[in-house]
Amino acid sequence: MIETQTMIPVAPETLVAAVQKMRDEGHRLVQIGVTRLGEELELNYSFDRERRFVNLRFRLPMAGARVPSISGVYWAAFAYENEIHDLFGIQVDGNVLDFQGTFYQTAVKHPFIQGAAPAPAPVPPAQP
Amino acid sequence: MGKRTIIPFGPQHPVLPEPIHLDLVVEDEKVVDVVPSIGFVHRGLEKLVEKKEFTDFVYVAERICGICSFIHGQTYCQGIEEIMGLAVPPRAKYLRTIWGELSRIHSHLLWAGLMADAFGFEALFMHCWRVREQVLDVIEATTGGRVIFGSCKVGGVRRDVTPEQLDWMLKKLAEVEKEMRLLVDVFLNDDSVKHRLCGVGVLSRADAQLLGAAGPTLRGSGVADDMRLLKYAAFGDLDFQPIAKPDGDSYSRCAVRCEELFQSVDLIRQAVAKIPAGEIAVKVVGAPNGEFFSRTEQPRGELVNYIKADGSKNLVRFRARMPTFANLPALIKMLAGCELADVPVLVLTIDPCISCMER
Amino acid sequence: MAFFQMKKIILAWAVRKPVTTRYPFAPRKAVPGSRGRLDIQISACIFCGLCAKRCPTAALKVDRPNKHWHIDRLRCISCGNCVDFCPKKCLKLTPDHGIPAVTRDWETF
Repeated sequence: MIETQTMIPVAPETLVAAVQKMRDEGHRLVQIGVTRLGEELELNYSFDRERRFVNLRFRLPMAGARVPSISGVYWAAFAYENEIHDLFGIQVDGNVLDFQGTFYQTAVKHPFIQGAAPAPAPVPPAQP
Repeated sequence: MGKRTIIPFGPQHPVLPEPIHLDLVVEDEKVVDVVPSIGFVHRGLEKLVEKKEFTDFVYVAERICGICSFIHGQTYCQGIEEIMGLAVPPRAKYLRTIWGELSRIHSHLLWAGLMADAFGFEALFMHCWRVREQVLDVIEATTGGRVIFGSCKVGGVRRDVTPEQLDWMLKKLAEVEKEMRLLVDVFLNDDSVKHRLCGVGVLSRADAQLLGAAGPTLRGSGVADDMRLLKYAAFGDLDFQPIAKPDGDSYSRCAVRCEELFQSVDLIRQAVAKIPAGEIAVKVVGAPNGEFFSRTEQPRGELVNYIKADGSKNLVRFRARMPTFANLPALIKMLAGCELADVPVLVLTIDPCISCMER
Repeated sequence: MAFFQMKKIILAWAVRKPVTTRYPFAPRKAVPGSRGRLDIQISACIFCGLCAKRCPTAALKVDRPNKHWHIDRLRCISCGNCVDFCPKKCLKLTPDHGIPAVTRDWETF
């Protein structure tokens, strides 16, 4: 085994608090990834500190998937969140730099989830 | 408050190796804000796992990018091997390390040439690429391909290297090292080069960590983090310490990459001295079932491959997070406040590999 | 104050011959072991079809009843999988690059 990788299950409601805890402990955001498992989407938020890998994970139903944005905690997450919106149709609420679906301009919208219900309209970020 | 204009940079630009579009909000020659626009070479390679079997997918993984192709293949194979619990023979691990470091040398020389081109130093650009040709000759003789090596497979490597070839490789690398010293002398000591690099694009240590920067972009800001410390492949047996420079400007990042050139030559020498005899691959039986995040150090930074398999011949998910994707927010941060003429230097200082980033 | 550090390189290369090969007027240096064009020794082929099954880009087609072997040159990526898996070892990758083609055809042996 090259390295042990910890998987921590979270819920969408507690996601931002868990990510804030990661930031306070000094973790670096590695990636946000999505896997399609049948009719569900599994989200992986990966963090690293001194080469110890921690992964926050939860599942959402594919239709109408919504997650809160963590770009308020880690600004760099805006890129990943735009990507998961464009490829998987996940609605991200409160992304500080939202490209509104034009980050990747593909011939087929949301190519990784063919045949799923369309995502709801985006919510503008809360005013400071 | 000066007049603000928006200048589009890219996707076609003489300094860009690959297409990326940046809308620069410029106020009297100072860049105030940047809006990036990517997706010009998005090929949807991650979706090909549904069509290609996992043993054949290594060819697709290698072709994600031309400059860092070997390490993509290696990271993918490593991930599958971890899931399946395959014990890769030590000789294969050493060969992968040697080819990985050769890949790093050729990538850094390519970057050095492009950086020189970014601030207009064409002669230095041509000489860097001339030296790189000798490294590509070594790679072609040992793996069969100049750019796409085609030598990694699940379970080991596909071809062996004879001791005579290893000796010839070391001789060639000694010549290359002498020429690299002359080139690095220009990059690090010449006043006109320093004028373009020093103080340009400062990324503080805290910013680099918070924005998730990777590779020399991170190490140029003083954080000595390198995925080769995870001791994958043969790095557990080799003496290796990451190189970090504290200043956080383009000169530091350039110095990190220049010193990594010599570190890679040294690592190859160590690996060739210690390489054991033996098998070069194990037979792969069955299909993977499980998941793993495979992490390696590409020339540009940390590459993460998430592989999920369910026991059938096709993988469920292959996700590759490239270091350039992680460095993009750092680039946006660096560009705010710079002069317009420094934009090409800054874009190249993160070593962008856009075709990697957009798979 | 260090300036003109390039002088060593420039002076050295002012007297040396250029490294570029004047291809196609001068021959291209072929590196042995380089993966180039696929060649088949058709007399040794038993038309088992293993090469076609193992090809990652489906560039090979084996017609067993009529004893034909087809290759789509533009699909071949010179990976060498077929060379590894051929039981009769009648396939070989030569260091030459392929002949340019303008249409996508099957080449039949």
